[in-house]
Amino acid sequence: MLRLADGALILAQRLGEWCGHGPALEEDIAFANIGLDLLGQARLLYTHAGALEGRGRTEDSFAYWRDEAEFFNPTIVELPNGDFAQSVLRAYLFVLYQQSLWARLIASTDAELAAIAGKSAKETRYHVRHLGNWVVRLGDGTAESHTRLQRALDYLMPYTAELFAPDAVDDALLAARIGPALGDAATAWREPLAATLAKATLVLPAASPFLSMGKRGQHSEAMGYLLTEMQSLARAHPGATW
Amino acid sequence: MSNEWPLWEVFIRAKAGLDHKHCGSVHAPDATMALQAARDVYTRRQEGVSIWVVRADQIVASDPGDKHEFFDPMQDKIYRHPTFYQLPEEVNHI
Amino acid sequence: MYTQAMDVPNADDAPSVAAPANEAEAAAHFDARCAAGEYVEAKDWMPDNYRKTLIRQISQHAHSEIVGMLPEGNWISRAPSLKRKTILLAKVQDEGGHGLYLYAAAETLGVSRDELLTALHTGRAKYSSIFNYPTPTWADIGVIGWLVDGAAIMNQVPLCRCSYGPYARAMVRICREESFHQRQGFDSLQTMMQGTDAQRAMVQDAVNRWWWPVLMMFGPHDKDSQHSETSTKWGIKRISNDELRQKFVDATVEQAKVLGVGLPDPALTWNAERGHHDFGAIDWTEFWNVVNGHGPCNRERLAAKVKAHDDGAWVREAALAFSAKQAARAAA
Repeated sequence: MLRLADGALILAQRLGEWCGHGPALEEDIAFANIGLDLLGQARLLYTHAGALEGRGRTEDSFAYWRDEAEFFNPTIVELPNGDFAQSVLRAYLFVLYQQSLWARLIASTDAELAAIAGKSAKETRYHVRHLGNWVVRLGDGTAESHTRLQRALDYLMPYTAELFAPDAVDDALLAARIGPALGDAATAWREPLAATLAKATLVLPAASPFLSMGKRGQHSEAMGYLLTEMQSLARAHPGATW
Repeated sequence: MSNEWPLWEVFIRAKAGLDHKHCGSVHAPDATMALQAARDVYTRRQEGVSIWVVRADQIVASDPGDKHEFFDPMQDKIYRHPTFYQLPEEVNHI
Repeated sequence: MYTQAMDVPNADDAPSVAAPANEAEAAAHFDARCAAGEYVEAKDWMPDNYRKTLIRQISQHAHSEIVGMLPEGNWISRAPSLKRKTILLAKVQDEGGHGLYLYAAAETLGVSRDELLTALHTGRAKYSSIFNYPTPTWADIGVIGWLVDGAAIMNQVPLCRCSYGPYARAMVRICREESFHQRQGFDSLQTMMQGTDAQRAMVQDAVNRWWWPVLMMFGPHDKDSQHSETSTKWGIKRISNDELRQKFVDATVEQAKVLGVGLPDPALTWNAERGHHDFGAIDWTEFWNVVNGHGPCNRERLAAKVKAHDDGAWVREAALAFSAKQAARAAA
């Protein structure tokens, strides 16, 4: 649950950085919409996680009062924004991953989680479409945009291995029929990705043995800065209400 | 030469049963993106169930200079309005 | 109709109202229409000066909205709760939307968004002086909502009835969306005022810093305002700077009492005779300094907008190139 929630929150945090700085006003607004949807998803998931845990933790306890090693988002969402190509592609890779999970979590034995997945799936379908359109336009646009997007793909692809590499937590959730089968999800992710990349005239880099470990709490160097910034005000005023 | 994205006019149907109504415009590189921009910009508060976008330079509009010949001749066509016809009191629902 | 292309008559069109035989007669007719409270639409003939005044006013307003995204955007990443983060991101996005509606309204007057942005980026176009002040603390976000948006709404509501149709319609939409930004700001400050001493001090400090710049937002005194008279005649401006400022002060004094914050003006007192609050003298030197590019954040704000635009050039080009390729493929 926290893996899902943290992934959505951290990507929303990165998308928020674009607000006011995008390539066109229309796109500032589109990115903010995606960010708002992701924030909404994270808040629902945190609230549900807090209720399951039963120790009184709220969405804000999860977001502001955990340390880096207690965040379980996949590393890909915490990486710096880079240029617009990298931001678009990263978001696309992640929302496509979310889409493959929601489709399976709708059948979760955890009814609340299934309901959140059902609601989020609709939002995510739109994100996949919008970002996918951008991937195609940048990939098959100008020589410069193609180069930038291919560079982003080469940089980001190794970080996607983590998304579908099951560990003990994934296996336990699958056994309890709460979590998704990551193997099936990987197929559901790879097919639309391949179609989009083909339209975008991009080439997948060779597979890499690299495996990031964000979902186990071992993050990139970028994560510390992101959390320090995000949590600074809340932590400067313990116990305050905003 | 400007490489500005073209302008698109946005029309939104607020709910089923109503006409599409002009509500503004967006800049977008093509029709697909124009539709998405219109969705992101003009339906943030559930303002619509259907969107049309039309390239602004494809719209043909009447000229205000033709106002007199276009619209004034309708002023005296009172027989086109229901109030022109006086019906007896006892005839209702027509 | 929000379109620029329809303003341009075709070469083979008969002469229309776009080129009146008798300019003076047309101008008199136009003034009479404005005086009668009629709406002017994009294709109608209008005096050159009306067009220029509107382009200046609407584009300044649009620029203010998009530059205004920056001081508040400064806190999206650090908002102290997920609820406040969501509210702030949505609000800054709304401002982008407002800028977009306004650029579209200006474009109906025969100027492109690119031209307007160039004017902004080269420093030729002005925007509201208020956005050149920094937002060093979170309380600034609440105060911007309460005071800056509050002042903006007072300025904007009368514009919903302005004579130029596309501008008036954009303002109706904007006012509808903006009215609750002020409530959000007030709500945020109220929560902080009921919180810790540190939170209350943060709010008071922010109010102290924003109060005078907000009063300046209403513009120079009526006697010093160069554009007011013709703008009023044409129904582009309906209530004077000083009247609006007084109305704002009167409303805000009561709200400040409810919040429990002080307003940093020892001369602020109720004048029973006038039925209004008196207030101290505004430092117009500061106002003109900020307007003319010498405020605390002018350079940063402009640099951020120029950088976003320049960095985005390849993206905009790529999208156009793709569109051209698609069209070629469809034709083949």
